[in-house]
Amino acid sequence: MNWIALKMLTGNQGKYLGIILGIAFATLLIAQQASIFCGLMLQTSGQIRDIQGADIWVMDPNVQFSDDVKPLSDSDLYRVRGVPGVAWAVPFYKGLTRSRLEDGNFQQTILLGLDDATLVGAPQNMLLGSVFDLRKPDAVIMDVEGYKLLWPHEEPRIGKRFEMNDKQAEIVGICQASRTFQTFPVVYTRYSQALEFVPPERKVLSFVLADAADGVDVDEVCRRIEQQTGLRAITGLQFEWITMTYFMQKTGIPFNFGITVALGFIVGTAIAAQTFYLFTIENIKQYGALKAMGAGNVSLMSMILLQALLVSFIGFGLGIGAAAWFGRFASATGSRLAFYMPLEVFVGVALAVAAISVLSSLLSMQRVMVVEPAVVFQG
Amino acid sequence: MAMLDDNPLVSCRDVVKIYGSGNAEVHALRGVDLDVYAGELTMLVGPSGCGKTTLLSVLAGILRPTSGTVDALGSELTRLSSWQRTAFRRDHVGFVFQQFNLLPALTAAENAAVPLVIKGYSKRKAVAAAKELLAKMGMADRVDNLPGKLSGGQQQRVAIARALVHHPHLLVCDEPTSALDAKTGHTILELLRTVAVEGDRAVIIVTHDSRIFEFADTLARMDDGHIESLERRGEREPAAVSGEIAMRQRA
Repeated sequence: MNWIALKMLTGNQGKYLGIILGIAFATLLIAQQASIFCGLMLQTSGQIRDIQGADIWVMDPNVQFSDDVKPLSDSDLYRVRGVPGVAWAVPFYKGLTRSRLEDGNFQQTILLGLDDATLVGAPQNMLLGSVFDLRKPDAVIMDVEGYKLLWPHEEPRIGKRFEMNDKQAEIVGICQASRTFQTFPVVYTRYSQALEFVPPERKVLSFVLADAADGVDVDEVCRRIEQQTGLRAITGLQFEWITMTYFMQKTGIPFNFGITVALGFIVGTAIAAQTFYLFTIENIKQYGALKAMGAGNVSLMSMILLQALLVSFIGFGLGIGAAAWFGRFASATGSRLAFYMPLEVFVGVALAVAAISVLSSLLSMQRVMVVEPAVVFQG
Repeated sequence: MAMLDDNPLVSCRDVVKIYGSGNAEVHALRGVDLDVYAGELTMLVGPSGCGKTTLLSVLAGILRPTSGTVDALGSELTRLSSWQRTAFRRDHVGFVFQQFNLLPALTAAENAAVPLVIKGYSKRKAVAAAKELLAKMGMADRVDNLPGKLSGGQQQRVAIARALVHHPHLLVCDEPTSALDAKTGHTILELLRTVAVEGDRAVIIVTHDSRIFEFADTLARMDDGHIESLERRGEREPAAVSGEIAMRQRA
């Protein structure tokens, strides 16, 4: 009976394409919005991901997300270093400062101060210059997007100078960094240099970056640090999730995207279900005839389910492909659109489309279930 | 005329069918008796709403009567479950519908093959059997055409092939000539007569078309849910004329 079901479906090209387009549209909308949501959430934790080389982040226990800096005292660094199982621990500064440009304009800037000796957390992807040039006086490395934001009409170049807290800074390198949620330029410098770029405060140490000694479990070291120092010690991945969870819980972002995703689901279901139902109604006499000729309800339900699955599969393929193309196109054209489609989005949208498919076919199945074979004798 | 068999293929007694309930009750059949024999054409005729189609549906195992008995091929249809009646139709009944009810996306051969597919045949075997049958019916050059590319007469031939492909004992036809011109209608009736006689099948036809009454072996005239009269054109005496009619005649 399967081939009959497929021929019935593909034989009505208008309805066939209509259902596919409905599902493709729903898939596109859901996948695109979910991917943009994931992209935005990734941006919130992008700076944590950019800091490579340290397994453990140590911070004030009340820190809620990566920009919620609650400074530690310098002695905390030494206390962390004294915890058994800690291979090394270095200071890390993170804060906002104002940059003053040549034309007198000011711009908020994210300042990251790396350990002077090791430069742990230095940018991984240098476009111009070298990380080691940070050891020069007044040296900073700026992310390329930030550079374009500050000097939109210039090609990024080394040697450019600007001021932070009335102190001269010279760009010695241009790097690629994860896009930040606030879209501010990211400036890397040495820890000691960073302290000169910010107003003097009693406590300036933002985080301690540490690593576990060989053969010691990272989680165990985190537990020991927390036990012995009273600070919070977590892995980079945990810090990313804490940051993303904060934005998901404390902002309306998930709700707003959720509304669009829900609308996509509802509209997709409505279009697909309505068109599929109309298709079934158009063929109700044929189903009645099949029933009269001895086809059982199970066979007819299987036919409808197969039809629904086929259009869903094709619609999903077209929709997810269009969403991926959209993301790739946006990325290729230099758009600032946050777009990230992980496997979870793919699977989630597939499940949503499966639900659309089942919901669509249920109405039709119900209609075919109750149709009397005697309907074929009605003129 | 085929060799007569005194045992009817389908026999119904005192069949009542009521639709709805309470004030909305409609008595479609009011105690109908009828015997249908193999090798014969039985026609149910009468005005619209007289119960012809309901009786046809009851005899074919599509509708369950409100009361009465329907014995078909040794099975008491009123005692069968829904799925048993479905299986009965699948194995023993062929259908020819007024509007043909061919699947527009399937070729003539594929349409004719549907009953075999329902019985579980593979597409290849079913279509091969359907093509063979269509060829015997003079449709060899049309087997791969879609219904939309066939004339009304050709579509009805495909519908008849579909009704015969699984070798049913009983063929039920609802207004088989209403969508056809007179000449084609006659051709189709000749075909149905051949089907009945050569295949030793019982053929029941519901029709308004008085031009084809001449083909009937038994003509049951219905009105208001009754069989008003039963005319025999063949050699068999109308032994199955309902007791109801006999009583009415006596009255």
